Amino acid sequence: MNGACFDRLAALHNGQAVSRDRVPELPFLDLRTAILEGVELGGRLAAFFGRKTASGGAVELVAVLALDAEGQLYVGRATPEGASFPALTPECTQAHLFEREIAEQFGLAPEGHPWLKPVRYPPAGEGRSMPSIGVADFYRVAGEEPHEVAVGPVHAGVIEPGHFRFQCHGENVFHLEIMLGYQHRGVERALVGGPTKRTLHYMETLAGDTSIGHALAHCMLVEAMSGTRVPARAHALRGVALELERLANHVGDLGALAADVGFLPTAAYCGRLRGDYLNATALLCGSRFGRGMVRPGGVGFDLDPARAETLVARLDAALRDTRTAVELLWNSPSVQARFEETGTVSREVALELGLVGPAARACGVERDVRQTFPSGIYQFTQLPVATADSGDVFARAQVRWLEIERSVEFIREQVQALPAGACRAQAGAPAAGRFGVSLVEGWRGEICHVATTDASGRFSDYKVVDPSFHNWTGLAMALRGQQISDFPLCNKSFNLSYCGHDL
Amino acid sequence: MGLLLGGLYLLLHVAVVATLPPLLFGCIVKTKALFAGRVGAPLLQPYYDILKLLRKGSVFSRTTTWVFRAGPVVGLATTLLAALVVPLAGRNAPLSFAGDLILFAYLFGLARFFTICAALDTGSAFEGMGAAREATFSCLAEPALFFGLFALVRLSGSLSLSSMLGAGLAQEWAGAGAPLVLVVVSLFIVLLAENCRIPVDDPNTHLELTMIHEVMVLDHGGPAFGMILYAATVKLFLLGAVIVRILCPVDTGNPLLDGAAFVVGLFALAVAIGVVESVMARLRLVQVPSLLVAACLLSAFGLTLLAG
Repeated sequence: MNGACFDRLAALHNGQAVSRDRVPELPFLDLRTAILEGVELGGRLAAFFGRKTASGGAVELVAVLALDAEGQLYVGRATPEGASFPALTPECTQAHLFEREIAEQFGLAPEGHPWLKPVRYPPAGEGRSMPSIGVADFYRVAGEEPHEVAVGPVHAGVIEPGHFRFQCHGENVFHLEIMLGYQHRGVERALVGGPTKRTLHYMETLAGDTSIGHALAHCMLVEAMSGTRVPARAHALRGVALELERLANHVGDLGALAADVGFLPTAAYCGRLRGDYLNATALLCGSRFGRGMVRPGGVGFDLDPARAETLVARLDAALRDTRTAVELLWNSPSVQARFEETGTVSREVALELGLVGPAARACGVERDVRQTFPSGIYQFTQLPVATADSGDVFARAQVRWLEIERSVEFIREQVQALPAGACRAQAGAPAAGRFGVSLVEGWRGEICHVATTDASGRFSDYKVVDPSFHNWTGLAMALRGQQISDFPLCNKSFNLSYCGHDL
Repeated sequence: MGLLLGGLYLLLHVAVVATLPPLLFGCIVKTKALFAGRVGAPLLQPYYDILKLLRKGSVFSRTTTWVFRAGPVVGLATTLLAALVVPLAGRNAPLSFAGDLILFAYLFGLARFFTICAALDTGSAFEGMGAAREATFSCLAEPALFFGLFALVRLSGSLSLSSMLGAGLAQEWAGAGAPLVLVVVSLFIVLLAENCRIPVDDPNTHLELTMIHEVMVLDHGGPAFGMILYAATVKLFLLGAVIVRILCPVDTGNPLLDGAAFVVGLFALAVAIGVVESVMARLRLVQVPSLLVAACLLSAFGLTLLAG
């Protein structure tokens, strides 16, 4: 596939860094056309963000298009003139949240954006004041019979803050609007000037349940920018850690789905089993959440044969128990009645919104970074993409289960045939003036990090796109025409990160 | 002598109704814990919870009126009053007259009315939603309960709960086994629905959007919530007492043995509820009416079988 649009952009592999001048600077309208055409040809907007150019006050927009079919990334940049630019959203839905973010961070208005409102309430910056937290317009359905239900940001359970506004007619939901941003900590701003001692810690706590995923995406960038060659053994161990993270979260999610429909056995057993998988990660690196495992140049902890054997034995036992617990889920008609045809997202909507991860795969979209943009160990091994086609809660649960089975299989293979050699190479500092993009298939979906270094090799900007950023809108669409009482179940089936979105 | 025995029996009735119900809750929770492979909370935990709540202070929203405060009080008072017309272990209830079954049903109705009013009084979107659900579902549970009770009226030829569930019940099983089974199943569904158990409601969930009963009492706290909790246990106990009596009408002539069989039956029922909650998921909310209509049909069919 070779549209003219891709010729105007620079092609990059996943985890490749190039001189920052190689990123073509286009007139804004050309970049806009290139993105629109690229998306039309099957591309996906992996990142679209603004940054201050070093030279002065002008804001430069950078776009990263991911072309799944080719496994290629295409990047380009442009500086819109004046304080606004023609929005992409009316023609390319995927851009809607990115453009809201740009407007919020830089006061650069996307003209024609249908629903411009704050995303995260960052503190006041150049030329703009801080928006009042939680104050924004919401869609309203007028009339005698519809009513509005507002949930959050303070919830009954120990969960992260988010505000959900339902427009309802009786028990039916017309529309759900989700407002986040309550956990905005300014991670991206704090990363500028890095890497410092704190950088890796920021990465591991960006979304607490995706420590490995984000740390890996970051390390891939640093390694690409410094030209570090990662030993084969480290690649394998990173893969093992990433899949363990996926296992713990997927198993926990299946248990939580069972708990939400009040199905006790699977809820109880998966709750315990999640702990078993977390403990397996602890066996690897001493931290249940994988902190300290992924380090620039390799991994922080090697796996000796004795522990490798223990790991495989424990995983086999855990998978056996998980299979029993999950089969209960599939074999209980009362559970299936709740899962099936609840929170359906069509394939068309998934493609239009650019959903990623299990949420996309549950709609029959074959989108998995491990397969389409393989890096590290995934270049040497094939992990089949698990998909389902009904797009409902059942499909999202089923995709998780298929991935659990495959991840255990993968870990078993890798651990039993670990390449010999060192597990960490000396990583240098990022070179000056580099631009890089890295993608990692975290358990929630595609994690995208984009960074540029300045003349002294420090990050002049660092963009993080958590899979949740793409997928929250998918949840809102899943609720259309559903029962409001099914919201918690739908929400759990996506299980998106608030802090990963809020950054 | 007869008067003394009567007084003793009255005291015993009141004591049992006042103290035993929370233990049934504890028993359900324990059953579920064992199914989940956990140790679970102590059997007496509901008592601790209620006592803890009663010792707490109260906070009332300024937007609420006396209706909000009346909810839990009326709820508890009516439930305790209903406890006086329900016979335990086949003995006559302290209060019995022709038609007391209507009083029994509508005392719960009154409690529900005030709970719903109190929920609406808060003006919260959640509580309004819960109130709507409660009103809808109880409309459907009520005929099931009445058809079931009418079947018993038909069998015993009496309009008083004490006679309906009295000594003659054991013989009826021989001739009217099938209708009685239908009635018991129907009443069991009513019991699950009225006491917000799975598959109708989930007593464990913290998700307001899915709740039915609990969401209506979210704004109550302290002693008021303690009363609500206590009233809920008594309600479960009373409906359970009716079902257990139909299911095992033991009349040995020895009041101690009868009483023991009754209490064992109650705990068996609590275990059964725990088992139901452990092996099945909750129904989708839109399907709850189907279940309740099924309960109506079961007991109506039971009544029809007896009409011939």
